[in-house]
Amino acid sequence: MNNREDTMEKQNEMQIVFDARSENEGFARMAVAAFISPLNPTIDELADVKTAVSEAVTNCIIHGYRQGSGKIFLECTVIGSTVTIGITDEGVGIINIKQAMEPMFTTRPELERSGMGFAFMEAFMDDVQVYSSPGKGTRVVMKRRIGG
Amino acid sequence: MDFQYEVKGASLTIYVPRELDHHVASQIQARADLAVDTYRIQTVIFDFSETEFMDSSGIGVILGRCRNMGFAGGKVKAVHLKNERVRKIFSMAGLYKLVKVEEDQDE
Ligand SMILES: Nc1ncnc2c1ncn2[C@@H]1O[C@H](COP(=O)(O)OP(=O)(O)OP(=O)(O)O)[C@@H](O)[C@H]1O
Ligand SMILES: [Mg+2]
Repeated sequence: MNNREDTMEKQNEMQIVFDARSENEGFARMAVAAFISPLNPTIDELADVKTAVSEAVTNCIIHGYRQGSGKIFLECTVIGSTVTIGITDEGVGIINIKQAMEPMFTTRPELERSGMGFAFMEAFMDDVQVYSSPGKGTRVVMKRRIGG
Repeated sequence: MDFQYEVKGASLTIYVPRELDHHVASQIQARADLAVDTYRIQTVIFDFSETEFMDSSGIGVILGRCRNMGFAGGKVKAVHLKNERVRKIFSMAGLYKLVKVEEDQDE
């Protein structure tokens, strides 16, 4: 028997690439929910993770690609009871990340955005990191421990 | 279309589906604005009986209708807000202060 395997935390990983279209928002939420189901998340934990994924994916579509075409890269890694989710676009990028993350800040009020997306990601996940370069794209990495 | 709606006199009821995200919100926005113009709607009612998921796009579409109805002298209501998750999003976004929420009789 492999001793190292025994002591190491169980690890599982997946990646999906999909088109930046609004009908894929539900698909992204469901894919992550299904992937983390072996951790037996509570209904609340599942709703928290689904909301965070929905916010990040919606941002790629509306802001990153400005509702035009592009690909969204979703990765999800489970190590022990911690889920790490990366959501990346190759869109316009964010000039001022700190300002973008402030609650109620939005650059698209005319599209009925209210600037709550990052606030929800931060409220529902344990950790949220945003990496972006203008003209290159944006990557959001979020972590959440399932089961306390 | 991913949702049902009903016009009765001067009110428009939107039956919000199980998940209210950006995909559904943009359809609701377009349909509601058209109905408001066509039927001289005074009250927009969001019926949340079936809804279990809502994100910031749901907040946007409700606030957007509040703004538009406010200009037209009308109002926005939310009914059957019984799902815990949806209520949590409502309170985090401060929607209870902006939208009239009619509680169910049995609550
Ligand atoms: N993937 C992205 N690419 C480019 N800009 C982004 C991206 N994600 C967020 N932003 C910028 O950050 C701002 C804040 O994002 P946030 O999700 O908090 O609010 P919002 O999307 O504007 O509104 P809401 O999420 O409430 O609909 C956006 O208005 C946008 O300017
Ligand atoms: Mg957003």
